[in-house]
Amino acid sequence: MPSEPLIVESPEGLYCPPGDFYVDPWKPVARAIITHAHGDHARWGSKAYLASQPGIAILRRRMGPDPTIEGMPYGTERMIGETRVSFHPAGHLLGSAQVRIEHRGETWVVSGDYKTEPDRTCAPFEVVPCHTFLTESTFALPVYRWKPQSEVFAQIQEWWKANQAVGQTSIIFAYALGKAQRILAALDPSIGPILVHGAVDPLNQLYRDAGIALPPTQFADAVSAKTTLGKALVIAPPSARGTPWLRKFQPFSAAFASGWMQLRGARRRRALDRGFILSDHADWPALLATVARTGARNIGVMHGNTAVLSRYLREQGYNAWELHTHHSDEAAEEDRSPMPEAEAPAP
Amino acid sequence: MKAFTQLYIDLDETNRTSQKLAVLKRYFRSAPPSDAAWALSFLSGDRLKRLIPNKLLRQWALEETQLPEWLLEESYDAVGDFAETLALLLPPGGGQADIALSHLIEDRLVPLATLSDEARHDLLVGTWRGLDAREKLVWNKMITGEFRVGVSKTLVIRAVAEVANISPGVMAHRLMGHWKPTAAEFERLLHPDAQAQDITRPYPFCLAYPLVGKAAELGPSTQWQVEWKWDGIRGQVIRREGHVGIWSRGEDLVTERFPEIQRAAHELPAGTVLDGEILAYEDGRPLPFGALQHRLGRKRVGAKLQSDYPVVFMTYDLLEDAGEDLRSKSMTERRQRLEHLLEKLPGPSPFKLSPLLPDADWVGIEQLFKQARASGVEGVMLKRKSSVYRVGRQKGDWWKWKTDPYHIDAVLIYAQQGHGRRASLYTDYTFGVWNAGQLVPIAKAYSGLSDEEIRKVDNFVRRNSTERFGPVRVVKPELVFELAFEGIQISNRHKAGVAVRFPRMSRWRDDKKAGDADTLDTLKALIAVPEASKVSEQNPPMAGVETSGI
Repeated sequence: MPSEPLIVESPEGLYCPPGDFYVDPWKPVARAIITHAHGDHARWGSKAYLASQPGIAILRRRMGPDPTIEGMPYGTERMIGETRVSFHPAGHLLGSAQVRIEHRGETWVVSGDYKTEPDRTCAPFEVVPCHTFLTESTFALPVYRWKPQSEVFAQIQEWWKANQAVGQTSIIFAYALGKAQRILAALDPSIGPILVHGAVDPLNQLYRDAGIALPPTQFADAVSAKTTLGKALVIAPPSARGTPWLRKFQPFSAAFASGWMQLRGARRRRALDRGFILSDHADWPALLATVARTGARNIGVMHGNTAVLSRYLREQGYNAWELHTHHSDEAAEEDRSPMPEAEAPAP
Repeated sequence: MKAFTQLYIDLDETNRTSQKLAVLKRYFRSAPPSDAAWALSFLSGDRLKRLIPNKLLRQWALEETQLPEWLLEESYDAVGDFAETLALLLPPGGGQADIALSHLIEDRLVPLATLSDEARHDLLVGTWRGLDAREKLVWNKMITGEFRVGVSKTLVIRAVAEVANISPGVMAHRLMGHWKPTAAEFERLLHPDAQAQDITRPYPFCLAYPLVGKAAELGPSTQWQVEWKWDGIRGQVIRREGHVGIWSRGEDLVTERFPEIQRAAHELPAGTVLDGEILAYEDGRPLPFGALQHRLGRKRVGAKLQSDYPVVFMTYDLLEDAGEDLRSKSMTERRQRLEHLLEKLPGPSPFKLSPLLPDADWVGIEQLFKQARASGVEGVMLKRKSSVYRVGRQKGDWWKWKTDPYHIDAVLIYAQQGHGRRASLYTDYTFGVWNAGQLVPIAKAYSGLSDEEIRKVDNFVRRNSTERFGPVRVVKPELVFELAFEGIQISNRHKAGVAVRFPRMSRWRDDKKAGDADTLDTLKALIAVPEASKVSEQNPPMAGVETSGI
């Protein structure tokens, strides 16, 4: 690790001493900089939040009216304490950002969660040259190599049509914030009606307000379930699995869209009909390529397979170490909804 | 290979039996018979053994993937299935050509067992490069012998039977024994009236369900035939034309292991098939199951072994009499004809007739049941007198009423990851009991916990490993489980000096601490119960922990 760290581990979260702020703190602090609005990164209780401008609306919805929430357009700079701070697209979901921190000629970048594949629902990932790169490592194992998303979207639509052919409704469980909208944006609405669960619907509105084109959707309730029976594709959060709400859609075929579906065991344990391998995180090759492209020689590895990625990078000649964050490992995360208050089954 | 790979993926991707059946039928209808034969063989659970040593497989995989060995191990740890791990790690590409399944197996898979290492390497790596990622998975599954895809053999048989338009029972019979995966054999299987049955083939066994409720709920006791439940190996003795065969329920031909039964079987009239139990037996009384294992462990069974551990065939059903298939006759009629047949056998014969227990009401039967363990048997069998001989385990006609299992509290000491749907979860456990202040391993168990409990134990294992030996983790001795098992006996092969049969977890004792677990002495005291150990119909090996293990 370089001599004067711009980010250190503290009980509240990752802390920047010369800037006196935290990045994605897990305990309440005076000033929090937020990479993106998923529940494990954007937590309640801090006094003031700073995030990328495109992410503000989602963050407000999550935090309520009380705290101060400020936004900065991607690429603009602001002095915080003795540091110069800017946000850069991370490609994870709408408004997701990497945080660039500069201090006395030294540059650090905190990646947050990211993917390098283009996504119609958010700005594309930007490589930010730096001396020290703090990277996520959710899927840091060589067994995780994603197929081009066009193939996955084609699989989803074929599955939808095949279900229609036998009179089954198609239900896709997907993380309500980000993944749900990414799938929606890729669907061809001429195939059939698209229904969304009550936890997904308000988030879609935020995306539409931000100018992201999503196909027309209906609220998934008893009425729409009946009128679209056997034809519809329903997008619901993973937490809707096993709830009575699902019964409205019988007969149906159920699928889960997640990077974890890469492993058969993970899919089979959930007793699903299908698993679509679709992740909003970088796969193994993308992690390695991104690390190389930043030009950084110092790599801090955060949440996920920290031990594996840091060891591998050290063997490749990097100065790499592990950072211990409280951001949940996403195996558990993807089974939860980001917004519990929006979780009540649709009426 | 593409059609078979698609079948594999389709079967793997659905949990619905109806859908599995549909894709199986679609495959068997459209595949060339030479491919279909192999598909049937693998899906039925047959496998080619010892094709490539694991060490070489790893070494060549590392060369192909250019990964450090530790990263392969980390990946395997996450995936939980070696074949799948390799398929995910090997370089992508390949899959342009569709190689016939039979060609792939006969020209590439089978030869792996016998070629030189250099030729093996070229064949294996060349095949990897020619297959796409999904085909690699199926190919690796065939190499590693872990070909499991969540279909039961019964379902596969049903699919082929429906394609052939014959009953599953007939199909099951055609598939019994040593069936060879060739196009000709497959076409014979599908033939609507393949009368020329193979004379060496046994019938599919009729299996009993464990009795859970009260016997009295089965209706009047007079409708039931009551026998002892014997503690041996379920088997069929076949005598047709000049042929004699002894089959165990695992569909292994065990004729040579029991020469005394083999000799006596030649005295049976041609066209006879007996169903019963191969049993170690001396002085009118069954010997413990362990005695029988001495016979099973040897390839050559000499005179000494025969006199040290004598066996009989405890006969309880007649499936074929003078060439006539009796399976559609009632139990009562089959029993009468069996008694008649055995009466005519000359002198002392290893074919014993399993006696009927005296007619009694349910209270009387329960009293007999209570004497079971003392009599060297493991309970009683209840067979409906009017029942036909059915295929497989079907509810309603045959019930096994077994004595209660033994119980002991033991501590979780080692854990290993499971396979299939339990891959990447720690589900295979080794348990220990106390002896002189140490925990000695006494049993491995895999079953009995709910998914929720498995997740909790998995979590515990990950956070409390103290050491690793390959895939095995040593865990802090904290968790206590009640183990149930069917029998216990002295064993020199096991570190603890005892071996238990059919151990499984009956309860998680989270109310107990490791120090509260039982001792080896407590366990040994259970052996004092009459030297009559117990068995169910599956006859697995003793499921204890080998001294040579960890």
